[in-house]
Amino acid sequence: MKLQEPHKPEEVLAQEYAAGFVTDIETESLPPGLSEEVVRKISELKSEPDWLTEWRVDAFHKWLEMEEPKWAHLEYPAIDFQDISYFARPKGEPPKSLDEVDPEILQTYEKLGIPLHEQKMLAGVAETESPPVAVDAVFDSVSIATTFKNTLREHGVIFCSFSEAVESHPDLVRQYLGKVVPIRDNFYSALNSAVFSDGSFVYVPKGVRCPMELSTYFRINAANTGQFERTLIIADEGSYVSYLEGCTAPMRDENQLHAAVVELIALDDAEIKYSTVQNWYPGDEHGRGGIYNFVTKRGMCRGAHSHISWTQVETGSAITWKYPSVILRGDHSVGEFYSVALTNNHQQADTGTKMTHIGKNTKSTIISKGISAGKSSNAYRGLVRMNPGAHNARNFTQCDSLLIGSECAAHTFPYIESKRRDSIVEHEATATRVSEDQMFLCQQRGIDPEKAVSMIVNGFCKEVFRTLPMEFAMEASKLLEVSLEGAVG
Amino acid sequence: MTLLDIVDLHISVEEREIIKGINLQVEASEIHAIMGPNGSGKSTLTNALAGQEGYQINHGSANLEDKDLLKLSVEERARAGLFLAFQYPVELPGVSNVEFLKTAVDSSRRANGLDDISTVDFMKELRQLVKKLDLDPEILKRGVNEGFSGGERKRNEIVQLLCLKPRVALLDETDSGLDIDALQTVARGIKEFRSPQTGIVLVTHYQRLLEFVQPDFVHVMLDGRLVRSGDASLALELEAKGYAWLQN
Repeated sequence: MKLQEPHKPEEVLAQEYAAGFVTDIETESLPPGLSEEVVRKISELKSEPDWLTEWRVDAFHKWLEMEEPKWAHLEYPAIDFQDISYFARPKGEPPKSLDEVDPEILQTYEKLGIPLHEQKMLAGVAETESPPVAVDAVFDSVSIATTFKNTLREHGVIFCSFSEAVESHPDLVRQYLGKVVPIRDNFYSALNSAVFSDGSFVYVPKGVRCPMELSTYFRINAANTGQFERTLIIADEGSYVSYLEGCTAPMRDENQLHAAVVELIALDDAEIKYSTVQNWYPGDEHGRGGIYNFVTKRGMCRGAHSHISWTQVETGSAITWKYPSVILRGDHSVGEFYSVALTNNHQQADTGTKMTHIGKNTKSTIISKGISAGKSSNAYRGLVRMNPGAHNARNFTQCDSLLIGSECAAHTFPYIESKRRDSIVEHEATATRVSEDQMFLCQQRGIDPEKAVSMIVNGFCKEVFRTLPMEFAMEASKLLEVSLEGAVG
Repeated sequence: MTLLDIVDLHISVEEREIIKGINLQVEASEIHAIMGPNGSGKSTLTNALAGQEGYQINHGSANLEDKDLLKLSVEERARAGLFLAFQYPVELPGVSNVEFLKTAVDSSRRANGLDDISTVDFMKELRQLVKKLDLDPEILKRGVNEGFSGGERKRNEIVQLLCLKPRVALLDETDSGLDIDALQTVARGIKEFRSPQTGIVLVTHYQRLLEFVQPDFVHVMLDGRLVRSGDASLALELEAKGYAWLQN
């Protein structure tokens, strides 16, 4: 007879992905394949001005000359870029208002818990004490609806789909598009520049503190389709905006490509806080299916005393290749990167940040928490660069890894390039395991092993969750719990 | 009423028999002290009763009231009313004491078909407990045992004991590493836990704690067996003569 063993943290079961349903609607999409003709067709479908069409075509030709990056600590079969459809949208006339949106799509967002009805939220003031959140909902290649546009407009804040911005605010788009992430920045940014579909556009005018949180929810629904969204956020002098991004996709056996570009620009004294809860379908427990997430996110602290802060909670995707970065050009500007990346089963993540210090007295902080469970692999990759003009620049990096079980891996690749003697660069790193003693303590107090692991992981991530807006922090914490489901037997 | 009933229990670790047939009955309201030198098997007994991994039960039985402990998972044993105060309490970084204890209390309540405890009531009680154990209320916000001194950890174990209100408490060398003030505080906590409904097993090396908490029974463990049982005077005798006295 043997005493019943307490659950080992490494016994892995199947994980539940609540957002994995498919919305049954008619989609019209371009046939798979990529050529100049396809690029022009996308631009035409979106009725874009010539300058943008030519910008895309230019990007396409640059992309053709570029090679896929291979330096990441990731393993995946070659992607056939001719096998992907580059544009998909719900069939029929694009909706002019929420009333015209296909009820199936509305239901999708309802199921995902994303509010698309302003009046409901306004009426629900008593129920929800938290302030409303303006939402831009992107479904496959198009933006379905943007809420609270009028309220925001009263404050001079522009929040709309990227397509709409091209139409209504072409000068702003033209002035800033591709300025932070140039076309040639990397293979995926060039691809995105050629075929990007939709995304969000934000402009906060001088001295305005955006009165509510802005958010975009990306949903890939159609099969065999890539999603290539483009987001551009401009915070003018002395303004402030907090922006949230969420993403989900149905469970499908094949892999799907997501290659987004996000550009942030903060002028003098402006602050942008950008938070992501990334929950793309991670594939099943055998590593089948899931999203390939190749994303370029970069912020430019252009003005003096500007401030850009990235917070990301990455639980989804089969493959994550993502380095939200900050270029600290303005003197006294501040860049921050707070990250929780959790991988389970066969997921692979290579994520981190780049902090490029150009201005004087610039300061950056990097807090990265990587959690690996199952057979997954989780890598932090970071670069801190102190340029010759970065007088008195400072960086602090803390990089912690938590391992659950014995079949997963954690890697850290920190790079530091300093051209100055007076810069201060600090790097701290730890790697720990959820120990059997910790599990035993929790279980001995009556706590289920699943709950114990999620509690320990949440504790490990506390510093990062603190930087998220309240509701998002709760969502993130719940998401971790779901993603860890099965990380114990 | 018998709370804990251990009959002819044999336990091995990595094929080596450590506990070689132990009988122990703990009735409600009783305090039993188990004394013995290092390596005699005291911690093996308490850890195995709590269900820790790596202990093989070769023979015998262990019941908590009407429940066969050996058939239950670790958390089920805990919810049935078995508490183990650890000799070396580990840290749970970032998991606040409040969150940890509330989760623990609610886990047991849910398993017994009860609603979660109200946060207000819970916090009120918890603050009082922390005060009683001479701990700074600020520790409630800190991670479980995170950066705690040895003495704080031991006192925190008693906070958990009083908060979770089990039927039987196994206290594994809760007195070790405590200065005299902390020892008295811990003793006060143990006495507070003692009631006509609860049973206590104190595992200790020394007579020291027993000066403050009077046991009803003292058992001496040598090489995996309880070789002598008596009342509190046995502990004094041991203190005077040492374990060697019983070794033959």
